[in-house]
Amino acid sequence: MSILNRFLGRLLSSMIVLIGVSMLIFFIARIIPGDPARIALGPRATEEQVTQMRETLNLNEPIIVQYGLFMRDLARGDLGISLYSNRPVITDLAEYLPATLELVLFAGVMMVAFGLPLGALSARYRGQWPDSLIRVITLLTVSAPAFVWAVGLVLVFAYFTPLFPITGRISDAMTIPHVTGFLLIDTLAAGRFDGFLSAIHHLILPAFALSLSGIGQAARLTRANMITTYEQPAIEMAQAYGFSEARIANRFAFKPSLIPSLTIIGLDFAALLGNAFLVEVIFAWPGLSRYGVGVILQKDLNAIVGTVLIISATFLIANIIVDFLVSILNPRIRLSENRS
Amino acid sequence: MRPDLTLDIKNLRLSFRSWSGSTEVLHGIDLSVAPGERVALVGESGSGKSVTSRIVLGTMQDVRHARVSGQVTFEGTDLAKLASVERRALRGREISMIFQDPSSALNPVFRIGDLFHEVLKRRHPKISKGEARQRAAAILQDVSIADAERVLSSYSFQLSGGMNQRVMIAMALINEPRLLLADEPGTALDVTVQAQTLSLMRDLVEQKRTSVLFISHNLGVVREFADRIYVIYRGNIVEHGPTAAIFDAPQHPYTQALLSAIPRLTGGGVPDIEERSLSFNDPMISHGTDI
Ligand SMILES: Nc1ncnc2c1ncn2[C@@H]1O[C@H](COP(=O)(O)OP(=O)(O)OP(=O)(O)O)[C@@H](O)[C@H]1O
Ligand SMILES: [Mg+2]
Repeated sequence: MSILNRFLGRLLSSMIVLIGVSMLIFFIARIIPGDPARIALGPRATEEQVTQMRETLNLNEPIIVQYGLFMRDLARGDLGISLYSNRPVITDLAEYLPATLELVLFAGVMMVAFGLPLGALSARYRGQWPDSLIRVITLLTVSAPAFVWAVGLVLVFAYFTPLFPITGRISDAMTIPHVTGFLLIDTLAAGRFDGFLSAIHHLILPAFALSLSGIGQAARLTRANMITTYEQPAIEMAQAYGFSEARIANRFAFKPSLIPSLTIIGLDFAALLGNAFLVEVIFAWPGLSRYGVGVILQKDLNAIVGTVLIISATFLIANIIVDFLVSILNPRIRLSENRS
Repeated sequence: MRPDLTLDIKNLRLSFRSWSGSTEVLHGIDLSVAPGERVALVGESGSGKSVTSRIVLGTMQDVRHARVSGQVTFEGTDLAKLASVERRALRGREISMIFQDPSSALNPVFRIGDLFHEVLKRRHPKISKGEARQRAAAILQDVSIADAERVLSSYSFQLSGGMNQRVMIAMALINEPRLLLADEPGTALDVTVQAQTLSLMRDLVEQKRTSVLFISHNLGVVREFADRIYVIYRGNIVEHGPTAAIFDAPQHPYTQALLSAIPRLTGGGVPDIEERSLSFNDPMISHGTDI
């Protein structure tokens, strides 16, 4: 099986998962009490108006038929109209998703950039004070959820010592033309380097709050995997050849440990997506979370299904990417696939 | 102290501290290896062979709960007088080591060629990838690997155990060390492959005049290989002498028991030494061949 085949296989199974998710959320959304037509039209609407609305929304059809109609539209890339915003759901998602993705990706990069080196450092000094220190800190970071860190960081670094902005994605004074929705890209595309810096400045605190638990987890995991690797004969051999402790840690012990770590870190990354909801609320981040909460309270069926689907799809894509990275990094997988 | 010896061990003691007190596992060992000499240290499991090699290698001295005393002299230098980094500087250059299981000792996420490059950098820090590859290919020919290029581009898990063993022998000798430590080399391999690789190793060390301390629990394995044999039992050398003397006229009861445990090709399995006889604690027997 070549890497391409494996990739296509993963894609196919992801599609099946997505269809399953779509069914689940489609039915669950309709089980939540409340008449979406009534909620959308408000208490003063007449009974006829509500019936009319239910008709347009196909709510009088059997639920199986409703799902069939939904799938037919989905195949055309149409997720329906949001009753909450009165716009196509697709348009809403395209507006809010990039903000969330930018936050999550930035947090993911922080997770890897801080977590792995911390773990490697801890493993290299296993049993000594740097290890103890790192373990205490990382235990602390994983023991509280992201929104707690968000509140704490806002208080300390934005409120008491105003080093970072409290809310938003970029300075209000700036207007950046919307191209991709990713401000880090759009600002550079517009040649606005000041905007780029402002966007980063706004990103740091929420992304750090979001990634803190992940950093701790990545560090602890890397440490654990490296300590297992340290028991292997390959490391004893490296010691017998007189390589320095730093070189053994950073090269001979780190690389074999990276493969098992990365798989789990991929899952942690997906978890960031879920945690992002509360962090976005705290930092008033104009992402998918505010939209998601709004549409659920409104029982905006199309938007609920659309939001959940796009989050699942992102989750699955992240998993495929990690799987792909792992198979590239691990010579055993890479070579066994090329051979047959 | 004899500065002309490659390795000279005098009254070497090792104990491990633990919460329940201290346990001595080496009780005053004397052992020497002359330049170009091949010496075997033979004894049952747990008798203290590996710890002896780790002391010579200089890593045991860095283990916090280990206490080493006595004298270990490598080419006239007392290892105890060296700092940890100085001992490390010897490793991979002047002293190198071959391990029991070649397939797990070679790091599975690096290509053999890259491992050779790393090892060569220990002696020649600026050596280029290309030159390292050339040298590695040359020494692989010396251990009868014909398709060196393929082996250098492979990972250890793509090669057979015997092939990995040859790679490891080549790697251990590429920096022309003065002393090679071989801790039960190839015990993880099957017997014929082990014999093959051992004879390759013997040819190579003979050619390079490398001194070898060969560790094994099996007297049969060292017969062809070693010039002299030390028999170790529970942290004491109980008998030593030229290989022929040990095989022809084993004096110590423990040596006799070890000899009777050598598996015969005619079958009958591998008999174990059945019990710890009291007579195993008899005084040391020297075949009067102190070099
Ligand atoms: N790091 C250590 N801490 C405590 N005790 C140890 C340590 N290393 C070895 N020992 C003990 O020292 C003794 C000698 O061990 P060693 O590994 O040298 O045996 P060996 O002769 O190599 O045996 P084998 O044939 O099984 O490899 C054993 O009793 C072992 O339990
Ligand atoms: Mg041993």
